[in-house]
Amino acid sequence: MPDPRFKVLTSASTSGPGDAGRTGSWRVERPVLDYSRCIPAKTGKSACHLCWLYCPDNVVSKAIEPQIDLEYCKGCGICAEECPAQAIEMVSEENFVAGGENE
Amino acid sequence: MQTPSQQMIQIRWHGRGGQGAITAAKVVAEATFKSGYGGVVMAPTFGTERRGAPVSTSLKVSREKIYDLSPIQFPDIVVVLDYLILNEVDVTVGLKPGGLLILNSPRPLSDHPFPDFRVAVANVTKFGIEAGLRKGIVNSGIIGALGKASGLVDIEVLSQCIANEFVGRKPAENARAAELVYAATEIREPSRGGSHA
Amino acid sequence: MSEKLIDSGNNAAAMAVQLAAAEVIAAYPITPQTPLTEKLSELIAAGEMDAEYVAVESEHSALGVCIGAASAGVRAFTATSSNGLLYMSEQLHWAAGARLPMVMCVVNRGIGAPWSVWNDHQDAMSQRDAGWIQLFAKDHQEIVDITLKAFRLAELVHIPVMVNYDGYYLSHTYMPFELPDAAAVKEFLPAYEYAHALDPQKPESLNTVTLPDSRNDTNGVKQPGYMDIRHNLHQEMRLAMDVLEEIDADYQQRFGRGGAPILDPYCCEDAEYIVVAMGTIANQFRDVVDRLRQEDGLKVGVLALQVYRPFPTAKIAETLQSAKGVMVYEKGLSYGNQGALYADLKSALYPYPARPQLHNFIVGLGGRDIRTEDLCQTLKTACQQDDLSAPEQTDAPQWIGLQL
Repeated sequence: MPDPRFKVLTSASTSGPGDAGRTGSWRVERPVLDYSRCIPAKTGKSACHLCWLYCPDNVVSKAIEPQIDLEYCKGCGICAEECPAQAIEMVSEENFVAGGENE
Repeated sequence: MQTPSQQMIQIRWHGRGGQGAITAAKVVAEATFKSGYGGVVMAPTFGTERRGAPVSTSLKVSREKIYDLSPIQFPDIVVVLDYLILNEVDVTVGLKPGGLLILNSPRPLSDHPFPDFRVAVANVTKFGIEAGLRKGIVNSGIIGALGKASGLVDIEVLSQCIANEFVGRKPAENARAAELVYAATEIREPSRGGSHA
Repeated sequence: MSEKLIDSGNNAAAMAVQLAAAEVIAAYPITPQTPLTEKLSELIAAGEMDAEYVAVESEHSALGVCIGAASAGVRAFTATSSNGLLYMSEQLHWAAGARLPMVMCVVNRGIGAPWSVWNDHQDAMSQRDAGWIQLFAKDHQEIVDITLKAFRLAELVHIPVMVNYDGYYLSHTYMPFELPDAAAVKEFLPAYEYAHALDPQKPESLNTVTLPDSRNDTNGVKQPGYMDIRHNLHQEMRLAMDVLEEIDADYQQRFGRGGAPILDPYCCEDAEYIVVAMGTIANQFRDVVDRLRQEDGLKVGVLALQVYRPFPTAKIAETLQSAKGVMVYEKGLSYGNQGALYADLKSALYPYPARPQLHNFIVGLGGRDIRTEDLCQTLKTACQQDDLSAPEQTDAPQWIGLQL
């Protein structure tokens, strides 16, 4: 039986959204998915999902149409780099700000 | 008060690297322990043994637990596995007057005058060959001489411990060597000084 | 059935590790430790011990394997000496910082350069601040008993434990000891279970970069920062002394031996002068104490320190504060200062108003013979020297048996 007086574990973390705080605000570029290219979305099969696997913050869902939690996505771009189908484009956050370029 | 050496029997072994002095001391350690001595410490000379170079080993035996592991300075008994070492090493250094000196030597007892000590001599090399061992195996045989001259442990116990130690390496012949040497060991009392208790 | 036998200290340690049912052994040979790990590899090869022997290319890797094994929830053991321990240094801190239980025998030997294969305590002293519990054995029986207790201690407090014993004096010397019954040991030392054993189904990142400040994890639970983790290690290491006493009491009840797991005093009750030492030299002093009491009527005693880290500050001060003189004999020092044990002891006694006069002796470095006669003479002189010398003189270490 573990003795409650002693810390068994010193430093552990489970990867997941929010482990480093609300990192969505760090984002300069936003990953935008094109489901017409995305392998699981296109084939309707739970395949590929490299974006889910590589995301260091665990903010991509392993769905047929993968979703990215923008609350925590810090915009590192690893998903776009890894996507074998070039289905993810990193788009400047400027484009999503009210009064920005495209508005 | 009693000095540690009066409660304790201290045996220093001299041999050559590879001759098996440590194994011999180990066998006697085991035999004394089995014979009811609660304190037994067998400490090889620590370090760099090389084949042929003179080496020594110490064995302390007591009825009580032994706390002092320092090397033997004043032995009660000195065992020499090869009499030629007498030319290289002062084997009797520290040996108490009347103490026991045991030699493996092909020469007669009279060729080894050590008037201050009890001297026991046997041609261990010869008896080893007679017992069926390869020439130069002396570490089992010399135990017989120690058993005879010291009376520390019965020869039966020594033979048994030798057989156990040499399992797979001619155990019966090694035990036989000790028994032959036991029977043939010649002993001379010191010619001056007090006899050793 | 327990068994009485006569064998070497290294074999005694190996048989204790076999009884403790260690599951992973990783070690690199170094004199005088080598026969211990050779024996373990023989036992495993002969099918007499159900463990994995991992051959490694260095001591650094040996401890790395043990860290991996302990992280996976497996009982791990390694052993080393001298420069081998120093080569593990980085991993020593890691194992302790990660709070991984494991046991290591350190067969104490002088450190090179220049090379020495002989005994002193400089190897253990140099790693005293690595966060390991450091225990010292005085004979083969203690090697067996302390090793078994060490596994339980490590696994209860989640701090790795070093079992130190003197190279050659114990490692290569044959003396009698008793091996406890295997089934009884199994009851005393239940299987190691680790709640956070590595599990692919429950991925966790362990000991990653830890921020100076505490933070909330993804579940909103407050996680300590680096400094808090260090504080916990320190506090819990102090607390480990209580646990060691509890374990020792249980061990004594089961096996009939114990009662002095932290300090082992001999003739200290009425002693005016007390020697403090670790390892075999503390036992050698028992004969010295008997002699000086009988021949010179000196009220002397010897206190063997069985636990060096955590340092038993309060207990040692309690035992020593009423003595007139305390003589620390040790086989290691902090170059340019003084004996490491002496400095620790002095600091433990400082808060006490009636603290004794202290003397520091350095002996037996690199296997220099420790003659019982020299111990008698130096102790006697120190007893008769009471407060005559200037403090800075008595405070400087005296070297015994120098051949300059």
